[in-house]
Amino acid sequence: MSVVIETKALEKIYSESKFPVHALRGVDLQVHKGEFTAIVGPSGSGKTTLLNIIGGLDRPTKGRISVGGVDIAHLSDNELIEFRQKNIGFVFQSYNLIPVLTAKENVEFIMLLQNRSKEERIRRTESLLNRVGLGDRMDNRPGEMSGGQQQRVAVARALASSPQFILADEPTANLDSKTAGSLLDMMLEMNREEGTTFVFSTHDSRVIRRARRVITLVDGLIDSDEIREQ
Amino acid sequence: MGAISSLLVLSWRNIWRNKRRTAITIASIAFAVFFATILGSIQKGAWDNTVDNVVKFFHGYLQVHKEGYSEDRTINKAFPLTEELLQAGSMDGIDGTAPRLESFALASYKQYTKGALVIGTDPTNEDKMTDLKNRLVEGQYFDKSRDEAMIGEGLAKYLNMGVGDTLVLIGQGYHGANAAGKYPIVGLLKFGSPELNKRMVYLPLSTAQYLYSADGLVTSLALIPSSREVAERLEPGLKSKLSEIGYEVEGWQDMIPELVQVRELDTIGAIVITMILYAIIAFGIFGTILMMTAERRYEFGVLVSIGMRRWKLALMVWMEIIFLALIGVLIGFLLSYPVVLYLHHYPITFTGEAAAAFEKFGTEPIMPASLSLSVFVRQVLVVFLVTAVLACYPIININRLKVVEAMRS
Ligand SMILES: Nc1ncnc2c1ncn2[C@@H]1O[C@H](COP(=O)(O)OP(=O)(O)OP(=O)(O)O)[C@@H](O)[C@H]1O
Ligand SMILES: [Mg+2]
Repeated sequence: MSVVIETKALEKIYSESKFPVHALRGVDLQVHKGEFTAIVGPSGSGKTTLLNIIGGLDRPTKGRISVGGVDIAHLSDNELIEFRQKNIGFVFQSYNLIPVLTAKENVEFIMLLQNRSKEERIRRTESLLNRVGLGDRMDNRPGEMSGGQQQRVAVARALASSPQFILADEPTANLDSKTAGSLLDMMLEMNREEGTTFVFSTHDSRVIRRARRVITLVDGLIDSDEIREQ
Repeated sequence: MGAISSLLVLSWRNIWRNKRRTAITIASIAFAVFFATILGSIQKGAWDNTVDNVVKFFHGYLQVHKEGYSEDRTINKAFPLTEELLQAGSMDGIDGTAPRLESFALASYKQYTKGALVIGTDPTNEDKMTDLKNRLVEGQYFDKSRDEAMIGEGLAKYLNMGVGDTLVLIGQGYHGANAAGKYPIVGLLKFGSPELNKRMVYLPLSTAQYLYSADGLVTSLALIPSSREVAERLEPGLKSKLSEIGYEVEGWQDMIPELVQVRELDTIGAIVITMILYAIIAFGIFGTILMMTAERRYEFGVLVSIGMRRWKLALMVWMEIIFLALIGVLIGFLLSYPVVLYLHHYPITFTGEAAAAFEKFGTEPIMPASLSLSVFVRQVLVVFLVTAVLACYPIININRLKVVEAMRS
């Protein structure tokens, strides 16, 4: 399987505050196409920091990060924005969606940014929203949907851009465990049936149980990396 | 939805997210436009009216004199009406000419005497140019074929004479000749300006030429333009053309420099008031912009994260602000237009002391609002300039936005 994400001796030091914080202290990581990877670890262990660097939202202090073979730490701000738009799907903890757009329009929006044709946009939007189980919610705005439904729309949007992988920092943190479970089931299904690569962080043990690879961070270092056969 | 039109849709929907704040912002812009438009219209209208009155009723918009007349207004600078001059009067935009012979004389009746300004003019053309007939309050309008005079009401009162009495004029004619004559009064004229009222004597042109021994000569040739705008447009060309052959052309602004100055001062005053008004409104708009940007930091962070270019995001926010301005300006106009229209047809009218001040300039004591598009256009320009400057804030803000920080809640 081809390598999608690769980091080498990745370090991140936050030095804006009085005491510099060594959030990542040399992370070596490879994520392959089609993996369903959970990043876990105690609060403050560096999960968000790692995901931000992998996603091209932040830059490492030292070490290398390449996504799809591109050394993204050396791209300019505008190149990075372009790169994220074409290569990475994002699902954040909450408030992912543009509140004034309907579910359909939110999914379509990312493809508008990519200048895709209208027919393709409409076709993909409808099939993706059906796929995440929201065929009957297409014309609702985020305010009219539950948290779980909003996260499903966010996943649909992330998929709509045809990214190399989807990055999700605690996508279930604001959901009750039942809803969290069904969101994860949906993501797993996408992973199994379409080979979509997911990298997400979580604290939720029931979510961790569903992951096929679990990377545990402790104090900015990989403590364990476990691949489970399912 | 194309990429840019989708931004338009987004902007439009975004401004209605906080309906109350949007309503307040729009209302404040509308109020400023409403107020400034009415103020500007009245101000411009009042001055247009004053200038039209003063200039039209007495001086005419364009006057041709012999070179040097404007410094030394003497009858010795009289000139014959040559072909070349009359040609100037037949150019496009000039409806006709009114030749005049003006000088001073002592006017007397029985034991009373007073210095007077004598204007010899063609009765028909003069009326066409200055509506002189309308100023007649007693008697009848003078006839060019008879040696008769019309005088200001105030002069008649001073000399204690009336229609039917005979006025004696004594003065100095062309190049020192004696000037004396007796003229029956056929009509009394009323001028807004008391000064004119006490001094004006009108004679038919040929009568005046005979009185001053200036046969065939005039001191000024007024050109009658179809409008003030036309006069202002033709003025520079005429000036240079006629100066080559020994004449000077005075525009209305040359003839009444004091009035022009007062108008400028007054205009600056109104501009300052309007600027203060807009400055206050600008703070309000800025407040809205600040809140709009601050409370949407997370959202902006998400949009840049998923790959929206900053300039697109900035354009979206900029359009939101422009939408607010546009709606505000539109509502301001819709509200002010009926008021301006009303004040145009039913002008504010002054009485008492204020009226007297107007009359001193020889104008009616009314302030009709101007319907001129320029007043409206200026408001639009000011509002867009102000909002465009204010809109720089979110644009800068978005360009500096650090995604990770914006999204750390
Ligand atoms: N901008 C920053 N400036 C300074 N220190 C920071 C900054 N961001 C994160 N940190 C610190 O870096 C360390 C790692 O933070 P990070 O957010 O990556 O942890 P996390 O594993 O995501 O924690 P959580 O489970 O609570 O989300 C922490 O000690 C945190 O306080
Ligand atoms: Mg975190």
